[in-house]
Amino acid sequence: MRNIIAIANKELRSYFSSPIAYIVIGFWALLYGYFFIAILQFFVRQSMQMSQFGGPQSMNVNQQLIRPLLQNVTILDLFLLPMVTMRTYAEEKRSGTIELLLTSPVSDFEIIMGKFLGAMALYTVMLAVTLLHIGLLFIYGHPEWKPIVTAYIGLWLLGGCFISLGLLISSMTKNQIVAGMVTFAIFLMFWVITWIGSFSGPTVDKLTQYLSIIDHLDDFNKGVLDTSHIIYYVSFITFGLFLTAKSVDTERWRG
Amino acid sequence: MIEVQHLTKRYGRVTAVDDVSFRVERGEILGFLGPNGAGKTTTMRILTGYIPATEGKAIVAGFDVFDQPIEAKRRTGYLPETPPLYPDMSVAEYLNFVANIKGVPANEKRQRIQQVMAKTRIDDVANRLCSKLSKGYRQRVGLAQAIIHNPDVLILDEPTAGLDPKQIIETRQLIKELAGDHTIILSTHILPEVSQTCQRVVIINKGRVVAVDTPDNLTARLRGSETMYVQVDSNGMDASGALRRVAGVTRVVESDRREPVIGYEVESERGQDVRRELARAVVTNGWGLLELRPLRMSLEDIFLSLTTDETPTTAVEPPAGETVHA
Repeated sequence: MRNIIAIANKELRSYFSSPIAYIVIGFWALLYGYFFIAILQFFVRQSMQMSQFGGPQSMNVNQQLIRPLLQNVTILDLFLLPMVTMRTYAEEKRSGTIELLLTSPVSDFEIIMGKFLGAMALYTVMLAVTLLHIGLLFIYGHPEWKPIVTAYIGLWLLGGCFISLGLLISSMTKNQIVAGMVTFAIFLMFWVITWIGSFSGPTVDKLTQYLSIIDHLDDFNKGVLDTSHIIYYVSFITFGLFLTAKSVDTERWRG
Repeated sequence: MIEVQHLTKRYGRVTAVDDVSFRVERGEILGFLGPNGAGKTTTMRILTGYIPATEGKAIVAGFDVFDQPIEAKRRTGYLPETPPLYPDMSVAEYLNFVANIKGVPANEKRQRIQQVMAKTRIDDVANRLCSKLSKGYRQRVGLAQAIIHNPDVLILDEPTAGLDPKQIIETRQLIKELAGDHTIILSTHILPEVSQTCQRVVIINKGRVVAVDTPDNLTARLRGSETMYVQVDSNGMDASGALRRVAGVTRVVESDRREPVIGYEVESERGQDVRRELARAVVTNGWGLLELRPLRMSLEDIFLSLTTDETPTTAVEPPAGETVHA
């Protein structure tokens, strides 16, 4: 456990002592702020129209503002998380520091967990930034907090999947750029996998829906904590980390 | 302390290390000598548990590196060819991190870091970023990293490569100081380094062990007969006849002539010391004896004769005035 914490700590530090953390968090905040303004404006215009026509019920902040907003956060994940994970292994291999890690009395599992938790910690900081805007909504309105909590659990798990996959890709190459690009491409594949589903018959449709990393997020956003989705994400993460362990081991045999 | 038995490593069809066996006793410095690509680094990487061997066994500090890797690694310090530094950490931060993953107890950590920084003389750069260090400092931080958990075994891959002559001398001195508490294997392709720092040498070529011995024995072993270099001021007269008459001398060859001084190489039967008689022969003839010294084979010559396929021949050392290694 001490080793995992030491490595996670080192990972987190290295994000912040290089420009990566600042660039990723900076653009994350900028884009998220833009989404927030855009969706807020749309929401305000709609609710004004609504009151003009004298609609019976007022607009729902959770349904019509927070939900689309947090759905858009997944797009930020898609673009920015590969930049977080691409260096994890690739950089250590390129600079030779991997020799230090692999000849230290720590297990592969501890190294992988350390790297995973380090990246997760950075991702948590990124998510925390988004809470600021949500906080504003609590000051000027009365959103329900429970669906927000479930949505964040969902986002956190989704990020975990991306990070475990990113670690796997990074462990396969010495080149950060290659790691980043391949990770992005595979993320995108998991994103659009449902597109073929609707034309290809019910079985394929169901399968692609199950595989789609985004479809599982819907229920979290609605405020539903469904164990089947949690299991999907947790197994995705576990499988990703397991394959990373295998990949590290294979690299070792290849020398 | 270290035992290597029939170690073999194959990469596909290429055999990098082929049936290598040797032992290192506690407190010993073993030199690992071979040309580039001979399999030195591969062997060291196997010993440190960085890569697995295809066949064979390696026991470090009583633990098999394949069966109990964590225990073996706990007792091994390793300095790879390029010091594994994190560029964005300061030296102190870096050593702190290494102390953590090497399992230095939390209450001893501060003290250990101070100790190794003093030992490797890097205290003055403690707060500098690793990326800003000079080559010599990087190497020393690498060494500090290797000894931070006070390992029984130290494995150093070309510890003096790329350093300037002053730094090389300092590093060798440091390694010798470490030898008391640690068993050391160091690899190099620089020969004087071996004769200066190591008690025993393993010469490796194309993945195979060619010779294991002390530097002195290796020198002796390859010398078929004893050769002396004698420099005589005989006013231009040929002294070879007089020298040849000395009992035990088998051959006299004139090797250089700088009027009126002539140098001879005198071969004698093995194990027979003819120096006194040679001196007497020169003096009784009324000549001046300017130089008399044994010619030994330098490690360089041994290395070449062992790793090239030619049959070993008695090497001829350059005449006085030039640098001599062994």
